[in-house]
Amino acid sequence: MSDPVAVLAIPEASLHHEELGFWRTYLFSTEHKTIGKQYLSLGLFMTIVGGFLAYVMRWQLAYPDTEVPGWGFVGPEFYNVLVTMHGTIMVFFVAMPILLGAFGNFLIPLMIGARDMAFPRLNMLSFWTLFVGTLVLLASFFVPGGAASAGWTGYPPLSAKAIYTGVNWGLNLWILAHAIEFASFLMGGVNFLTTAITMRAPGMTFFRLPLVVWQLLTAATLFLLSVGPLIAGAVMLLMDRIAGTSFFLPEGGGEPLLWQHLFWFFGHPEVYVILLPAVGFVCEVLPVFCRKPLFGYRWIIYSTITAGILSFVVWAHHMFLSGMDPRLAMPFSITTILISVPFAILVFAMIATLWGGSIRFTTPMLFALGFVSMFIVGGLTGIFNGSAPADIYITDTYFVVGHFHYTLFSAVVFGGFAGIYFWFPKMFGRMMNETLGKVHFWLTLIFFNATFFPMHILGLGGMMRRIANPMQYQFLQPLQPINVFITFSAILLLVAQIPFAVNFVWGLVAGTPAERNPWEANTLEWAAPSPPPHLNWGEAIPTVHRGPYEYSSPEGPEDWLPQDRLVVARSS
Amino acid sequence: MMSWLPENVSTYGGDIDSIIRLIYYITSAWFFLTLGVFLLFLILYRRREGRRATYIRGDRLAEAAWILIPALIVLVLDLWIDFRGADAWAKVKGRVPPGDLRVQVTAKQFNWEILYPGPDGKFGTADDLQLENEMHVPVNKVVRVTLKSKDVIHSFFLPNLRLKQDAVPGREIEGWFQATKPGRYEMPCAELCGFGHSGMNGWLHVHPADEYQKWVKEHWPTS
Repeated sequence: MSDPVAVLAIPEASLHHEELGFWRTYLFSTEHKTIGKQYLSLGLFMTIVGGFLAYVMRWQLAYPDTEVPGWGFVGPEFYNVLVTMHGTIMVFFVAMPILLGAFGNFLIPLMIGARDMAFPRLNMLSFWTLFVGTLVLLASFFVPGGAASAGWTGYPPLSAKAIYTGVNWGLNLWILAHAIEFASFLMGGVNFLTTAITMRAPGMTFFRLPLVVWQLLTAATLFLLSVGPLIAGAVMLLMDRIAGTSFFLPEGGGEPLLWQHLFWFFGHPEVYVILLPAVGFVCEVLPVFCRKPLFGYRWIIYSTITAGILSFVVWAHHMFLSGMDPRLAMPFSITTILISVPFAILVFAMIATLWGGSIRFTTPMLFALGFVSMFIVGGLTGIFNGSAPADIYITDTYFVVGHFHYTLFSAVVFGGFAGIYFWFPKMFGRMMNETLGKVHFWLTLIFFNATFFPMHILGLGGMMRRIANPMQYQFLQPLQPINVFITFSAILLLVAQIPFAVNFVWGLVAGTPAERNPWEANTLEWAAPSPPPHLNWGEAIPTVHRGPYEYSSPEGPEDWLPQDRLVVARSS
Repeated sequence: MMSWLPENVSTYGGDIDSIIRLIYYITSAWFFLTLGVFLLFLILYRRREGRRATYIRGDRLAEAAWILIPALIVLVLDLWIDFRGADAWAKVKGRVPPGDLRVQVTAKQFNWEILYPGPDGKFGTADDLQLENEMHVPVNKVVRVTLKSKDVIHSFFLPNLRLKQDAVPGREIEGWFQATKPGRYEMPCAELCGFGHSGMNGWLHVHPADEYQKWVKEHWPTS
């Protein structure tokens, strides 16, 4: 059964390989794999920036108002810049480019058996739009008044008037950088959806799609549906700042809480925009290294979609104490708690996959398992925040900081690294070093926990978020040794990324050449050469005969059965 | 873990602490259970020569029950936590009791302005008293707080009383507390409010009844 759309979408002429110059091959490329790598490079570069901000911030917290080695004096104004820009960079310029941009672009066409994205030029435009957005954001550090300092959530009125923060152009550019970033991911999201819906290879039905494609599509859909209100909010905020309107300023009849509703209506789905791709990577890695089908394929799809839908009705759990009507807390508390069910199903399905498996502890598998265990902690600590009465005490403390780093940071770090180690051979045609990879994993796991677990203790002790100097409060002074401990753990967590950097660069230039299918995996991307050539598949597009996770199937003697392999019925 | 909570000195603090404690026990049990099963599977099903993985797809309902039933238990426990918590939430944030004493707290960059209505019990009259960053209240009395803000969003936080509430410009938000133990308690701002956010702090002085009367006499000698 061939899909006519898929056939139509591939112009015959494009199969003739034409030599493109340097610029068209490496920079202004319309090739989905190159664009994926561009997203990855941009994301990894911004990780260094965001990580450095985290380091400066942590040093200030451990040794307030001392010179930060490698930076200098911080002070409260710049501390607010650090808080704001660390959050903004990590969420919008690291997590999204790497998890959604890099892997979405690289994986979707390869996994569905397409030759490229549906709109290759739009794809190029979406990357370069993000690049401009990144430049705008980085430029905001250098304008008079410095970068934005109203928190990554940018609550007005603090963010709506320059006099409240002393930051004028920095915050305008911050809003502009967001607008550009959103435009970029809108284009990307449309491209993901169109490609996966219309360009699947013959036989690739929706229920034969690898789960990561489902998760990426859900993430892209969530982004498309939720970002509109925030774009409207961002325009209103910019107008308040530069045109004298008062959408969010009460003295002119505005309403500060409106922003919070718009922001979190986007903000909560956004959490899943980041989380779901990482869950998807884990769903791909687990069955390969368990040599076993992923447990409950359809249940995972239903759970993913359910979580996506529910994510639109939980936003006010970020606002229990914002001044909204307290009677709204219970309904939102209940929807919040309902959303734990699909995620519980996801986690249990991952654990059930291990049962009866033949588990190989490769580096990508270790990171995938790391994600599962850390995500359990993040999910459980979320229950404290989701309960409205507990949140009275917990909210705006380090407990929240600990919680969202266990979910988001573990998605980016454990999910992201699982993806990078797993698909590196396919992306670059070379293998990464396993020993260095394992060193990287264990150091990351240890210092991740040493950094973020004690934050829950600080939170229970009452330490507020976003304060530059805990020593200004008597009740926080006994907690200061914990702050020092966290700072050194965080520094070691950053140092623990050096083996990765070495491994990555070494792998690029001198890694062992990768075979077509080094992990003996089933999904279509492994049917293409490593790295796949321009247009991915030689003359013929692969035909799909089965689902993506037929490992150890009784159908064949081997413990894997690629999606495109035709099994001729054997006569005994 | 729970011993890290600061001493509770309010009538409803215990309700909040008991919810936190309930969630702590439930989540700890789940943590050890799921992580235990997880690690057990990793050890039991590590790769061994000559052993082939079991082919289970887990799509049929009978198989999927292994993940759906635990998820159902999660839902039940979640709902239990929620309904147990509903009372505590209603007590703290629901209907605000009339109060033995009324105080207006106005947040501004970067101070708390504490306004007392004086003996006439009305705000905006000549006998009002305004203090900066210090609030004096009698022990065991219901104090009703009207929270306002002059500029940006702040959050009124009394860690020892388990009270937190955002102060939003353009709104008057009612809150209350009843302190159970005399002493001095910190009153920081918990919402990023500008460069002076760190250090925006005040003190709540909870006085025994007689000492509070003395404080009142000092400030309103005629009454």
